[in-house]
Amino acid sequence: MSYDATLNLTDDTARIRLMGELDYQAALQFQTLVEGLVKEEIGRLVLLAQELEYMASAGLRVLVFAKQKMGPKVDVYVVGAREMVRETIEKAGFDHSVYLVDTEPA
Amino acid sequence: MHAGKIIEPIDIQPTHGYGGYKLRCGTPFPFGATLVPGGVNFSIYSSNAQSCTLVLFERHAAEPFIEIPLPDEFRLGHVYCVIVFNLDYENLEYGYRMEGPYDEQAGHRFDADRILLDPYAKIIGGRDLWGHPPNWDNPYPHRGRIALDDFDWEGDRPLEIPPQDLIVYEMHTRGFTAHPSAEVGHPGTFAGIMDKIPYLKELGVNCIELMPIFEFDEFENSRTQPETGETLYNYWGYSTVGFFAPKAGYAATGRFGMQVDELKNLIKQLHREGIAVILDVVFNHTAEGNEKGPYISFRGLDNQTYYMLTPQGEYYNFSGTGNTLNCNHPVVRHMVLDCLRYWASAYHVDGFRFDLASILGRDPRGGPMANLPLLESLAFDPVLAKCQLIAEAWDAGGLYQVGSFPNYGRWQEWNGKYRDCIRKFLKGDMGQVGEMAQRLQGSPDLYQAARRPPSASVNFITAHDGFTLADLVSFNDKHNEANGENNGDGANDNNSWNCGVEGWTEDQDILALRGRQMRNAIALLMLSQGVPMILMGDEVGRSQRGNNNTYCHDSELNWLDWSLVSDDNELFRFCKGMIAFRKAHPMLRRPAFFSNRDETGSGYPDISWHSVQAWNADWSGTSRTLAFMLCDGRGEAGGTQDEFVYVAMNMHWESHGFELPGLPASHDWYLAADTGARSGACIHAPGREPRLEDPSVVAVGDRSVVVLVGRARP
Repeated sequence: MSYDATLNLTDDTARIRLMGELDYQAALQFQTLVEGLVKEEIGRLVLLAQELEYMASAGLRVLVFAKQKMGPKVDVYVVGAREMVRETIEKAGFDHSVYLVDTEPA
Repeated sequence: MHAGKIIEPIDIQPTHGYGGYKLRCGTPFPFGATLVPGGVNFSIYSSNAQSCTLVLFERHAAEPFIEIPLPDEFRLGHVYCVIVFNLDYENLEYGYRMEGPYDEQAGHRFDADRILLDPYAKIIGGRDLWGHPPNWDNPYPHRGRIALDDFDWEGDRPLEIPPQDLIVYEMHTRGFTAHPSAEVGHPGTFAGIMDKIPYLKELGVNCIELMPIFEFDEFENSRTQPETGETLYNYWGYSTVGFFAPKAGYAATGRFGMQVDELKNLIKQLHREGIAVILDVVFNHTAEGNEKGPYISFRGLDNQTYYMLTPQGEYYNFSGTGNTLNCNHPVVRHMVLDCLRYWASAYHVDGFRFDLASILGRDPRGGPMANLPLLESLAFDPVLAKCQLIAEAWDAGGLYQVGSFPNYGRWQEWNGKYRDCIRKFLKGDMGQVGEMAQRLQGSPDLYQAARRPPSASVNFITAHDGFTLADLVSFNDKHNEANGENNGDGANDNNSWNCGVEGWTEDQDILALRGRQMRNAIALLMLSQGVPMILMGDEVGRSQRGNNNTYCHDSELNWLDWSLVSDDNELFRFCKGMIAFRKAHPMLRRPAFFSNRDETGSGYPDISWHSVQAWNADWSGTSRTLAFMLCDGRGEAGGTQDEFVYVAMNMHWESHGFELPGLPASHDWYLAADTGARSGACIHAPGREPRLEDPSVVAVGDRSVVVLVGRARP
C-alpha cells in the first residue's frame, strides 16, 4: 500500500494517521507535514502507526526531527507501531525521542 | 536589506549536466560522500589515476543507473570531487572506476573494469546479513552508502576513565550473544550486547574491547571443514574492507541500513552505565590480500600509495595475511588519522587497540623507522588526546617491541611478557619469582625508565589469540584440528599445563586443581598494577576444547554459553569478587610506580616483598613462593578502611605457612580471598572479611593465592 497520512488538530493535540509504506519519498512529505505543525503551538503530537507497514530510516529520522523541532515541551507518541517498526526504533536508539505506546494516551 | 535574511550562496547551484543529472565541481574536503544543500559531494583521492568515473546504483541493484565520468576541471591536485544534485541518498550506493597504468613492477594495478569502494565510505551495503551467502558473480559486492550524522547523543561524551582504573573485557560482538542460551532478541548483534549490559555491570568491568567491528567479509577464505562439512568463516574479522563503516552484519537493523545508529546507541547505553568502549583496529593490512586477492578498494584506487611494495612491485607481507598497508606514506597516514578521529568524534569511542602495531613503525619498504610520523601524529592528535591508544607491540615480520614500542608518552602496550611470566609462574616453573615481582608492579623494568606509568602495561593472561583460561589449565598442547590445517596453525609456546590429564576428565582432584588455577590467574591479574584485561567467557570457564586459534569458527566453539553464568559458578562469583576488590582498593591502581621505600613515614614501604618468611623474599631460582604487602601510607584507601593489602602466592605443590609481617598494634588482618578455600568461601565482600585469629601466620594451600587486608580495629 502506498503512503498516506491524515492530520487532525484538536485543542493542543495533533494526530497524524500514517498508512502504508513510509519510504524516502514519503518521508519528505511526512517531514513537510511535521514542519507545518511547528507554529501551531501544540502540546502533543500523536502518530497513529497501526496501519504503517514499513518505515525507512528516513522516516525514523523524521521522528527525531519532530522532537527536536518542537522542543522539550511537546510529547511525541507513536501509537500501535508494528513489531518491525517498533524494534527498529528501539535498536537504533530513537525510542528516546518518542513514547512508544500501544494505545493513545488519555 | 531585511535583518536575518539568508542570502542563498551561489556556489551550490549546478553548473554541468550529465545523463539527466545536474552536477558541479565539488569540494575536496571532507573525503568520502557528504550531504550538501541539494545534493551529495563525492571526493576521492588517487595520485596515479588518469581519470575517475563515479558509478551510482540504486540500493541492491545489479547494474548502475548512471556512470558519470568526472571532467578534469573537477580535479584539484590528485583529488576528484563532484556534487551530484537531487539524488535519493537513502536509496543510493556508489563506487568508482579508475583508469590508469597497469604496470606491476611500478606498483600500478589500475583496472577500469573494476568498480571500487570508497575508502571513506561511512556505510557499506551489500552484505547486510551475517552469513548470508553472497552472489559470487556480483562484480561490486561492497558498496558505499551515505550516512547521516543526526544521531541524538543526549549529552553523551567519551568517559575519559583514568587508564589505571580500567578493567577491560575483550569480546567478540557476535560471539557474545549468538548462542541460543543468550536469549536475546537479536543474537550476535550490537543490540544483543545492549541486552546484556546488566550482565557486564554485575561482572564489574568498566570497559569493553570489541574485536574488529569495521566492515569485513566473513566469507573471505571461507571453506568447508573437510571432516565435519561445516562452513568455516573469517569469524574474527581481522581483515578490513572499510575502515569508516561498522559491520552491517553485526546490526539487528543492518537490513535497514541502520547499523550506524544501532552502534551509536549501544555506545550511548554503555556510557550511561559507566562502561567505556575500545575498538580493536586493524591498520596493518586490508582484505585485498596479495596479488591473487580481490579488487575491493585500494588496489584499484592507488595500489602504489596504499601498499608496501618490493622493488619488483610485489606485496610485502609483514602481517602474514598477504599485504601490508603503507601506513607511513603521508596519504595513508592521513587516512588513518581521519579514521580514528572520525570514530572518536562521531561514535564517542574511548580508545583503540592496534593489531600488530609494530607494522605502523615500518617505512614504505618495510624497514623499522627511527622517526615514526604516524605513531607520533596519533599520540599528539588533539581529537584523540583522551583516547586510550593500545599497541599489540609486535608483528608477523619479526618485530617484537614490548617495552620498547615508540610511545611518545602516550601509547600503552599489550604486555606479552606479563602473560608469559604469569603463565609460567602459575604452572610452577622455576626461576619466575624475580620477573613476577616486576610484572606485579606494572613492569617498571619495561616502562619506568621511559617515564611511563604502570598503566602503560595492559596486563592479560588470555586473549582471543591463544587458549581460553579454562583451556590454559586443561591442555598442554593445542588441538586445532577443527580448523582444517592439520593442527599446524596457532601458537605452540602456550606455557599451559593440563593439571595432569589432557582435556576432558572426571577426576575430581584434577578438576578442583583446574578451578583453583583459574582463580589464581584471575586473582593475580586483578592484584597487579597496570590495566587488567580478561577474555570474554573466562569469568565462567568458557572452553574452546583446546583450540587456541578459533578464528574461523562461527559456532559454539566460539560463542559464549550463557548456561555457564550462574551464581553456582564458583569462578564467576570469584571473578566478580576480585573485580570488586580491585575497584575498592586504589592502591592496586596506582598512577605511578612503587618506590619500594617508606615515602610517608608510616613505617612501612609502599610495597614490600616476603615469602614463607616475612620481610625475606626467596628470590632463588627454585622458589615457587612469593608474597607482597602494599601499604597505603598516603591515606588513599578510598571507600575502604584497608590500609594494607597482603598477597601470598604459593605455586608449590605443598601447602605452606606464610609468616605475616607485623601490623601496627591497633590493626588486624582480615581474609579477603583464598583461592584454595572450600567452595563458597574463596572470596569475601569488602567489609565482610573474617578476621584472622592468628596474626602471625596464614596457611596457604598448594597452588593457591591468599589475599589479606589490614585495617584498624573498630
